[in-house]
Amino acid sequence: MEPLTIVTSTAVPLIRDNIDTDIIIPSREMRTVGKKGLGDGLFANWRYTDAATRTPDPGFVLNKPESQGAQILLGGRNFGSGSSREHAVWALAEYGFRVVIAESFSPIFHGNCIRNGLLPVVLDPAPLARPGLEITVDLPAQKVRAEGRNWSFEIDGEHKTILVNGLDPIGMTLELNDRIVAHERADRHARAWAWSVLQAES
Amino acid sequence: MASTLFSKLWDIHEICNLGGSVSLIQIDRILLHERTGGVALMALEEAGRKVRDPSRVFVTMDHVVDTLPGRTDKTIMPTGTDFIVATRDAARRAGARLFDIGNARQGIVHVMSPENGIVLPGVTLVCPDSHTCTQGAFGALAWGIGSSEAEHALATNTLRVARPKQMRITVNGRLPEGVTAKDLALHVIARLGSGGAQGHVIEYAGEAIAALTMEERMTLCNMATELAAFTAVIAPDAKTLAWMDGRPYAPAGADWDKAVADWEALATDPDATFDLEHEFDAADVSPMVSWGTAPQQSVTLNGHVPADDEDRGSLAPSNPEADGRARDYMDLRAGDPLSGLPVDAAFIGSCTNARLSDLRAAAALLKGRKVAEGVKAICVPGSGQVKAAAEAEGLHHTFLDAGFEWREPGCSMCFFAGGESFGERERVISTTNRNFENRQGPKTRTHIASPATVAASAVTGRITDPRELEA
Ligand code: SF4
Repeated sequence: MEPLTIVTSTAVPLIRDNIDTDIIIPSREMRTVGKKGLGDGLFANWRYTDAATRTPDPGFVLNKPESQGAQILLGGRNFGSGSSREHAVWALAEYGFRVVIAESFSPIFHGNCIRNGLLPVVLDPAPLARPGLEITVDLPAQKVRAEGRNWSFEIDGEHKTILVNGLDPIGMTLELNDRIVAHERADRHARAWAWSVLQAES
Repeated sequence: MASTLFSKLWDIHEICNLGGSVSLIQIDRILLHERTGGVALMALEEAGRKVRDPSRVFVTMDHVVDTLPGRTDKTIMPTGTDFIVATRDAARRAGARLFDIGNARQGIVHVMSPENGIVLPGVTLVCPDSHTCTQGAFGALAWGIGSSEAEHALATNTLRVARPKQMRITVNGRLPEGVTAKDLALHVIARLGSGGAQGHVIEYAGEAIAALTMEERMTLCNMATELAAFTAVIAPDAKTLAWMDGRPYAPAGADWDKAVADWEALATDPDATFDLEHEFDAADVSPMVSWGTAPQQSVTLNGHVPADDEDRGSLAPSNPEADGRARDYMDLRAGDPLSGLPVDAAFIGSCTNARLSDLRAAAALLKGRKVAEGVKAICVPGSGQVKAAAEAEGLHHTFLDAGFEWREPGCSMCFFAGGESFGERERVISTTNRNFENRQGPKTRTHIASPATVAASAVTGRITDPRELEA
């Protein structure tokens, strides 16, 4: 995973509450079994007047000239709610976004962001919502800066470490294998019922 | 120290703290389906990693499989076959247990898991599916994750989890006659709002919860994700034990006795505290229906589409921008009554309301009646076992005679995968859990309600309170 430290870019304001993962990537856009080829389907129902022919809707914020090349998205409350589909995060990342700033996130979407190098910043995006405004998101310092002002944000230490260093959580966990094995050994004894049923073929 | 059900589940499974609120949690059961599970298995292979313990991995086909009679691997959804074949092949290579098309125990993941005793009280269970919270009804810590998290669970039997805050929702008294668990779920969501349980695990407790059957508890817990909750849990009791006894993957013999002792110790201690408490009175709950494009946008069946400046009483406050968009999408105006609104289609299915009791409730209203002229009506049992049990009672005759389609088990038109859908601007009354824009098809308008309400509305062709029809 690509490390994420400081991102400077314009921000795309899409500040509506409860933007769900069906909106971020409609299910019909998930055509292949893999994680790729999703950027074109991002916000397909809003972005195109006709999704089949990919005719852009000039009124949609993502299609505006000042949004081109933006790496920061501003969202509303409960961003990424609904389906657990990680395709929503893959689509955002493939399109080029590296940061989403919103007042709150759905828990599954938040977890998916961390696993894919997309930074979820929990912050009121209203003061940042001006077309073309350049914003700097500084993850090590946990600050968002724009026009000489700055705002602090909170992030779990573990999540920050993973993002800043571009770490692979599975690799990190496998280094704790001794702890896992010890816990399993004790649990197999204490809760034999949870284990034995798996061994029998039903 | 006094402890909650959630804290007990967490403590049993916590391997170590990883700093801050994040701990390494042992995962006992992993469920996968072809829509998001296959990609996890394949990505793991590509990374050169192995499934650590295939015996705890269960795979079902539910999301993109067709539900028409005589189905095969071919799907109406373009490329759906790829998902089925890739998931099946990956499951076989991994040595996971597979509930494939044609298997009598295949079904929607959150329906077939409890039927088979895959979920058990006291276990941790994850699935790359947001409605995994359904299975918290059994006193398991069961929650939805993404595909990468599923890879992590498959490779390590663990997850790195940020400990959620705790909320208790106590429902006092008894639900009135003719009011269902679905109505209770919508009642709660309409009050707390779509983000109402953000960051929290919900424990449902109180007299009304104790009085619910296991199937009703599943319906209630199913919609915890509609509150943005981490998940929901209900303490195991005699009903939970009765459900589990004899299920294929439930413990037996001496293991059963030990399990029961462990399960009975899980209940929240009397002095335990929560970060947040909400109380509801079951007597206040009436049949509900959604009017908008979020489950929070729901009112009682005799209610109307609220105006922006209206006093909403105990309902979540209005968001004029979102409400306006929802009214436009649904082609409704403030003040419009829900009851009597003509519908084009009726759908009975999904992990919320496609179990045997749901089909019985609908069939009781459909018996001797016909679906209104021009209404497309579909019933999709939640699993092969539900379908077989319903057919053993002759319920399929009732549905078919009334003019319903009787389908093979799966998610079907609970969501639009790119294949089958209700048409543009069609108004659908549906037992599903999400009324999002385009959820059941491009521009389709979904109203979510209980199976009884959907059946009654199918018969009259208009949104109808089932209690009127019975009278
Ligand atoms: S029935 Fe609907 S909500 Fe349930 S798992 Fe399937 S698609 Fe998801």
